[in-house]
This record gives sequence, C-alpha cells and structure tokens, in this order.
Amino acid sequence: MIRVEGLEKSFGRLKVLKGVTLEVEPGEVATIIGPSGSGKSTLLRCINLLEEADAGAIYFEGERVDRRWVNGQWTRPPERAIDLYRSQVGMVFQNFNLFGHWTVLENIIMAPIHVLKKPRAEAVAVAKVLLAKVGLADKADAYPHQLSGGQKQRVAIARALAMEPKAMLFDEPTSALDPELVGEVLTVMKRLANEGMTMIVVTHEMNFAKDVADTVYVMDEGEIIEHGTPDTIFTNPVKERTRTFLRQVLLRE
Amino acid sequence: MGLDFTVVWEGLPYLLLGALVTIEVTVIALVLGSIIGLLAGLARLSKNRYLAGLAAIYVAFVRGTPLLVQLFILYFGLPQMGVKLPAFLCGVIGLSIYSGSYISEIVRGAIQSIDRGQTEAARSLGFSPAQTMRLVVLPQAFLRMLPPLGNEFIALIKNSSLVSLLTIQDLMRAGQRIISITFRSFEVYIAVAVLYFLLTYTMSVITRRMEQALRIQ
Repeated sequence: MIRVEGLEKSFGRLKVLKGVTLEVEPGEVATIIGPSGSGKSTLLRCINLLEEADAGAIYFEGERVDRRWVNGQWTRPPERAIDLYRSQVGMVFQNFNLFGHWTVLENIIMAPIHVLKKPRAEAVAVAKVLLAKVGLADKADAYPHQLSGGQKQRVAIARALAMEPKAMLFDEPTSALDPELVGEVLTVMKRLANEGMTMIVVTHEMNFAKDVADTVYVMDEGEIIEHGTPDTIFTNPVKERTRTFLRQVLLRE
Repeated sequence: MGLDFTVVWEGLPYLLLGALVTIEVTVIALVLGSIIGLLAGLARLSKNRYLAGLAAIYVAFVRGTPLLVQLFILYFGLPQMGVKLPAFLCGVIGLSIYSGSYISEIVRGAIQSIDRGQTEAARSLGFSPAQTMRLVVLPQAFLRMLPPLGNEFIALIKNSSLVSLLTIQDLMRAGQRIISITFRSFEVYIAVAVLYFLLTYTMSVITRRMEQALRIQ
C-alpha cells in the first residue's frame, strides 16, 4: 500500500536519510525503532510529504506521490492529488498539533466538511462516534488547552480517523506524554491495529512494537539496518548495532 | 494675557465637525490600510519571490519616508504629472498606504508566530494551502494581531492630523481656523488635544473589548 524506495534526504550538509526502502501491505502494522537522530521522524514526514526527499520514490497504492527530477527540474503531482493523498493517510504528531482556536468537536469535523465536502450533520455524527471510541465523548465542547496530553493525543487520533484514512502514520505519538498518560494512547492505537488499520508507527515504546507490530524496522544513521518480525528483532537480531540499541533501551526501562 | 475658554465653547460645533472628518478619514484609512496590510503581509510570506520582493520594497520605502512627504507627493506632486486628485482622496490614500505598511509587518509577524505544527497538521488532513491559511492560521494569528493593531490604529488617528496640510477640514484644521480668528492658540490647541485623546481612548477601548470577546474561554 505504501512503498518507499531508496529515499534520501539531507538538511544542509547533514544526510538524514541514506536510501531508505520499505513496503507496508494493507492491514500491516509497521513500527520503526532506533536511536534518536536516526532519521525515523524525517522518514515519516517524507512519506506524508511534509518534507520533500532529495532522491528516491514514494508510492501509495501504486501511484507515485512525491516529486521527481525530470529534464532538469522537479515535477510534482498536481496540488489536488497531493491534498487527496494526504487526506487518505492520517498523521499523528508527537506534539498533537490540535487546532487551538477550535473545540474538540470542531477539530474533528472541519477537515471532513472542508476537504471531503461532507454535510455538517454527518460529520458531527461521525465525530461523536469517534470521540466515544477514543473515550472522550464528554469532551466534545472542550478546547484543546483544557485537555491533558493523553486526551489531546486521543483527539488527534480521532481527528485523523474522521477522514476515513486508508493508512495512519504515527510520529512518536507518546514521546511528549507524562508516563502515566502513555497507556491510554497506546490502548487506542492497539485497538486500531486490531481493527485492521494500516499503520506506520515511529516509537520508543518497545512493548508496543513487540505486542502489536507485524514488522519492526530498525533505523540507525539514516538507514534501515534490519527488519523482521518482532520475534526476530527482539530475540534474535542479526546486526550488532540492533543489539546495542536494544540493550541500551532495555537498560533504561 | 489670561485664559479664556469661552472661545473653545463657541468654536465647539466647528471642532466637532472637524472631529467628524478626522473620524471619517481614519475609519476609511483603517479599513483600506488593513486590507493593504493583509495582502502585503501575505505577499511577503509568499513562495513567489517576485511578489515577496515587491511587498518588501513597498514596506521598506513607505516606512522609510515621512508620511508628510508621501502626502505632499500625492497632493502637490501628482498634479504636475497630470493626475489631480481631490484633497480628501489624497489624504485617505496616503494614510492607507502608510498604515498598510505597518499593518503588513504586524500581519507577517503574527502569522509567523503561529506554530508550524498547525500548518503541518492542517496539510496532513488534506486542507489546501489557502484553506490552511484561511481556516487555521489566520484566525489564530488575528488574536495576536489585535494588540499591535490597536496601537497602529491609535497612531493612525494621530497621524491623520497631517492631512490638515492638504486643506482637508479635519479636527486639526478646524482648530487652526478658530485660532486664526480668535488668536487663542493655547486654549484651542488644548481643546483639540482633548478631542484627539477622546478619539484615541475610544479606539483603545474598542480594541480591548474585541480582544476580550475573541479570547477563547
């Protein structure tokens, strides 16, 4: 469903992605783990076109979605096609990025109304169902600043789901949360995974990767150094760098 | 020579008429200046380098030259080029262009102060760049613009006194006319100052009320 081929990205002279390739099938839950600064978030942001890669290709359902270098200049798919692609791939950010001037309900219904052109009543009905699903039915009229971090992130997930996306990208969704609030967000994500949502999750939560992921990708210094089932990666990794990383993470926990 | 405020009392209807003109000039310039400022502010942030450059030149030039010179160019300079505009129009245009340059900087600063995550979240949901600006960024930026806009509007009221030099019968000129008859500069200018203060004070109350009304609970 999402295929990334040889993705490269530099910020100035710093090469953050050095040819990353991965493929996620419909219904698959892929997690990307690795040390800070290994390029995990950049990879995710490139997939959602928030950053533009310098080389390589991104395909969504077989269609090329990123820019390509043709005859000496960058050629991008039409703006509408990019907006459509983004509306089909939900993104959840580390810092939630809820819209501060809107209530929880408005945060969820605005994109369906303005992007999908849904009637307001229908959007509201869907939003209420989603809010109940993430356990925040009573917060519809609250403003984001009145919520805890965990509640904000659950609203952000509901907001993304309201677009009925075919896949969801999570960029360290629990990293900005107090430890006691991590569980409630992971629970929602697990339920989503069990319902068959295609997910790419950048995370430091090794237990989530172990319990929920179909595939674990290990990134280090801008490369995917190995990937496999959680079983293989966590019990019998091939690469020494993976072992070192896991040892450090497990020591911390 | 003692003070005689009866001249102010007698001239008051004339001063109030002048104040009305001042309000008229200011309100029109405030609306036009805000539109110019919004467009120029957006242009400066545009990805189109020519548009951004043009807006930057506008701001630099207009902010870097005295308002009085700009007004004189419009009123005394343009007729030499065959463009003769009524004094009132010159005053309003001059003030609008001038305040627009300051407002564009307010707009630009407020938009830039909105967290990039807001734009990214909106784009990731499929909002177009225009929708993102209109629905997500500008409403939040507007709240941050209000306090500096209030200051700018007050400056605009005070700066409008310069249009009296284009023969526009505003508050300032009304005062001068009364003085030319009564020779009571002190009393009349005090009265003019008080009336200007009432206008600016009203403006500051209005903007403060708006801030309170728009602030999220």
